[in-house]
Amino acid sequence: MIQTLAFYLFAVMVLLSAALTITARNPVHAVLWLILAFFNAAGLMVLVGAEFIAMLLVIVYVGAVAVLFLFVVMMLNIDFAELRSGFARYLPVGLVLAIGLAAEIIVGIGAYGAGAIELSRRAAPIDPAMPNIQAIGELLYTRYLFIFEGAGLVLLVAMIGAIVLTHRERGGTRPQNINRQVSRRPQDATRNTQPGIGQGIEL
Amino acid sequence: MIGLTHYLVVAAILFALGVLGIVVNRKNLIVMLMAVELILLAVNLNLVAFSAYLHDLVGQVFAMFVLTVAAGEAAIGLAILVIYFRGRGTISVDDVNRMKG
Repeated sequence: MIQTLAFYLFAVMVLLSAALTITARNPVHAVLWLILAFFNAAGLMVLVGAEFIAMLLVIVYVGAVAVLFLFVVMMLNIDFAELRSGFARYLPVGLVLAIGLAAEIIVGIGAYGAGAIELSRRAAPIDPAMPNIQAIGELLYTRYLFIFEGAGLVLLVAMIGAIVLTHRERGGTRPQNINRQVSRRPQDATRNTQPGIGQGIEL
Repeated sequence: MIGLTHYLVVAAILFALGVLGIVVNRKNLIVMLMAVELILLAVNLNLVAFSAYLHDLVGQVFAMFVLTVAAGEAAIGLAILVIYFRGRGTISVDDVNRMKG
């Protein structure tokens, strides 16, 4: 009973906040609705016993991705009223596309429910006695080790790419040139002269 | 009792909402990126639901990889958005085709 109640609460909240994310007038509000959607999706995942993915969703999405969105929204000086133009123009075609797509997927789900595809064996059966995090760790660090390292490589490339893309050289500054300072020798820097009396020297 | 079908229907509607968000917000690249995140969330929900109801842990492992790719995609997408805004002063998608050399 409480499970059913929690499921419908989370499901309604995730769909509502997703709808408000894409229709919000102000992008800051859209980010906040997105955060609510992620929290409720994490609740849905906890409900089926996937605690690790749920916590990862909260940490990675709410803690990193949503804050990144928030930074960019606040950093760029955007005219918010201008962004809304064209919303009503694209709404009918968007609704037709979205409803058609949802109907198609739901028909597919119905077909799947009518005669579920019987898999011959499980790739990694869930052991009810083992905690979710331990089970995922044992799978991730053995069978999927190379894919795991590939995921780390993806993150590294994304980080380097973001830095390379947004880094810019500012003109008009005179930064310290350490190479020139270190390679400077006394012979090049000083000169001995013997000027005549009252003549001074030329630099 | 909540079955697999319930989860799949919620994920399907979430996916459709993400597609709607991409079509509708043609002027606002930031909200388009958020809609892509919603689509990836729907995919993750599907993976986790199948993993739980078919008693197979691989779905959760792959949901984690989808999460990794989504985080990288958000970082690169927002970096491109920042340099695009810096160069043009707008984030409208209608004239993105000027980006080709």
